[in-house]
Amino acid sequence: MTRMKLDSQIPSGPLAEKWDKHKFDLKLVNPANKRKFEVLVVGTGLAGASAAATLAELGYSVTCFCYQDSPRRAHSIAAQGGINAAKNYKNDGDSVHRLFYDTIKGGDFRAREANVHRLAEVSVSIIDQCVAQGVPFAREYGGLLDNRSFGGAQVSRTFYARGQTGQQLLLGAYQALSRQAGLGSVKIIPRTEMLELVVVDGHAKGIVVRDMATGAVSSYAGDAVVMATGGYSNAFYLSTNAVGCNVTAAFRAYKKGAAFANPCYTQIHPTCIPVSGDHQSKLTLMSESLRNDGRVWVPKQKGDKRRAGDIAESDRDYFLERKYPSFGNLAPRDISSRAAKEACDEGRGVGPGGLGVFLDFSDSIKRLGEDKIRERYANLFEMYERITGENAYQMPMRIFPAVHYTMGGLWVDYNLMSTVPGLFVLGEANFSDHGANRLGASALMQGLADGYFVLPYTIGHYFATNKVARPTASHAEFRAAEEAVRARIQKLLTIKGKRTVRSFHRELGRLVWDKCGMARNEKGLKEALRRIPAMREEFWSNVTITGSGESLNQTLEHAGRVADFLEFCELMCLDALTRDESCGGHFRTEHQTEEGEARRDDENFSFVSAWEYQGLDQQPVLHKEPLVYEGVHMSQRSYK
Amino acid sequence: MKLTLKVWRQQDPTSPGKFVTYEARDIIPEMSFLEMLDEVNEGLLARGEEPIAFDSDCREGICGTCSMVINGLPHGGQKATTACQLHMRLFTDGETITIEPWRARAFPVVRDLVVDRSAFDRIIQAGGFVSVFTGGTPDANLIPIGKPDADLAMDAAQCIGCGACVAACKNASAMLFVAAKVSHLGILPQGRVEKDRRVLRMVQAMDKEGFGSCTVTGSCEAVCPKEISLRFIARMNRDYSVSLLKGGE
Repeated sequence: MTRMKLDSQIPSGPLAEKWDKHKFDLKLVNPANKRKFEVLVVGTGLAGASAAATLAELGYSVTCFCYQDSPRRAHSIAAQGGINAAKNYKNDGDSVHRLFYDTIKGGDFRAREANVHRLAEVSVSIIDQCVAQGVPFAREYGGLLDNRSFGGAQVSRTFYARGQTGQQLLLGAYQALSRQAGLGSVKIIPRTEMLELVVVDGHAKGIVVRDMATGAVSSYAGDAVVMATGGYSNAFYLSTNAVGCNVTAAFRAYKKGAAFANPCYTQIHPTCIPVSGDHQSKLTLMSESLRNDGRVWVPKQKGDKRRAGDIAESDRDYFLERKYPSFGNLAPRDISSRAAKEACDEGRGVGPGGLGVFLDFSDSIKRLGEDKIRERYANLFEMYERITGENAYQMPMRIFPAVHYTMGGLWVDYNLMSTVPGLFVLGEANFSDHGANRLGASALMQGLADGYFVLPYTIGHYFATNKVARPTASHAEFRAAEEAVRARIQKLLTIKGKRTVRSFHRELGRLVWDKCGMARNEKGLKEALRRIPAMREEFWSNVTITGSGESLNQTLEHAGRVADFLEFCELMCLDALTRDESCGGHFRTEHQTEEGEARRDDENFSFVSAWEYQGLDQQPVLHKEPLVYEGVHMSQRSYK
Repeated sequence: MKLTLKVWRQQDPTSPGKFVTYEARDIIPEMSFLEMLDEVNEGLLARGEEPIAFDSDCREGICGTCSMVINGLPHGGQKATTACQLHMRLFTDGETITIEPWRARAFPVVRDLVVDRSAFDRIIQAGGFVSVFTGGTPDANLIPIGKPDADLAMDAAQCIGCGACVAACKNASAMLFVAAKVSHLGILPQGRVEKDRRVLRMVQAMDKEGFGSCTVTGSCEAVCPKEISLRFIARMNRDYSVSLLKGGE
């Protein structure tokens, strides 16, 4: 295989001027020529829909794909709390530089500085854009926009639309996309999944997809491929992601030469509804915004089985307030999750199996009245009651951490292009902006920044500087890729074993949750690396799938995704083993301070890990992109 | 709990479908309705039979993917709840539950409980947007919007596009869905500019897709998981009439 070279393409010049300078340096495509370029966009969440709509507005010919039955259902829709922007409407000391700094620090100094600064710069335009589209953000009585606070920040910079911010932002992007579809400049192909990336003469030139309703496998050729296919949280089986979310598109691109960066960086969200049993198919998040008014606690005594209301104030441990007095219940996600795990590991957890902590609103209800709490969080309290049957106005919620977001993803340069020229990767699917831990309300910001304000500039430069003709979809590479897809489907259907896809997925998820979840160590990771190949082997000889490949077959779809997770999890554990330090969400128990906080090793691990595929059962090659900071001083993160 | 399920099975859009009876055993109250179906499907797979196809994705009531009529009511009839948020503690041991797909000419069955709702996308494409381009927009606070208007627009904007309103309606009308979008955008100053054109085009697209007429019985409002109000239909009817009087576009 050719030796991969990582060139981050970070522009020269002072940090705050890089993006402006770069925009001027980028080559342009003449308006009349844009329609000659065919762009394939995979995924229609915030990043994909905003990119597809904007590229079409610019005049490119766009085709976009999603596995859902409509672009409006992509999982961005489930984001509850809000979106950050450095507007400083509250006059509380916010600025582009502060948002940039909070994000870099929140990511435990493992994100690429230039990308994060650009993100903070364009954050203000995102709010303007969304308001112009008619996104109904929360307002003050004077008619101006309202803000709330989120974890890891001491300013109020989060814009929100009740508890449904992701929904409203996605509908804004979906409507912009629909407008272009109505004008005929975008073709939308729903209920279709990407199963192969096609590379011709070293450039990404198309994809192979399967129509999930008819089973038809077909090829699409383009001048560039844009992947906005989300994260890989469902590798853990139980996560807050939609049940259809998967790593397949990203993993197929990895196998075709796109480097996979920092796969071990996963975010465990502290406030989710605890698991109730083996039947569980997904976990439900309770918005971080609840920590504005809820206090997190466990009993001081081990094994205290009394009802919350019977436990006296003096017998309670408000552990976040105790350990992190200046941020209190709004400590960042990785830190709050670990603190909850620690309490449960000590035997002080509450609820079935002792895997839960209380999130208690009684003080806020006493102070503000139940009506005020209802006004702020009614939909979340209702959701909690529907799932648990408990009324959180009368007794504390029980919460527990769950996998929620993945900071790792395909490696991209400053232009959001992967190591395969012509393949661009946006949103959660790339790795660049959140380092080892993402702050709340930053995922929506990044998805829309990439789609509305970054890719539309950088993709033009690729077209203007790479004159590579678009092959037709009958090119030999396409035929070979289609054959590979069909053969794999056929192979899955002919195994006819004894175990269901779900049982494999559950087993794999439990293993990586135990060994590569909130806390990791060498022994556990090595055990996982030993067990995953055996599990994969059993899958390929003993999985059972009924039905055919020629019609809607949800078991077959799930099987294809689990097959990829079974390979991907090995990469994730290998990355976690190789990164012999703790940082953000990656907590190696061997590397902690006396207070149990993550201890980074900047001298040896201040780099991005980018893995290059070498073939099944071959160790991938690790490439390192050094992380250099000009605008910030790397420090021990403290929220005390 | 042990339950008897009568489930609509249909191989593909053109084959005739029928109800098939299954037993659901070892169901516990903490399960969601869809997790109960997952368990039934695991059992079918173990016996070498094809599982029941049904749509779901977020399983937290916001993506609008899940779509099934349970005991005659879209999403099962619990107030403000999608099928994926319905939990088995609401059912009793020994009960018989009937499960069917959305039934409407404009939503053809793909397989079993899965239907094709792309008609909704085409209605939005006809006019359910504000015609702004990316970039070049004014500062967000330059457009003040009173809190009551912002809240009302948000009430309408909460629609998840699931189609329960169509499934509940005896005429399979899509009026509540269309009215929610027409109102969301029409209430806000950003959307008021193309209000007349929008309502005409969206209503025209709705009719073309084969949805039925509205007789304001309110069954749509009763089953809507986001409690979209019938008043938005009244509002859209007024907008539509005004637009016609003005001579359309």
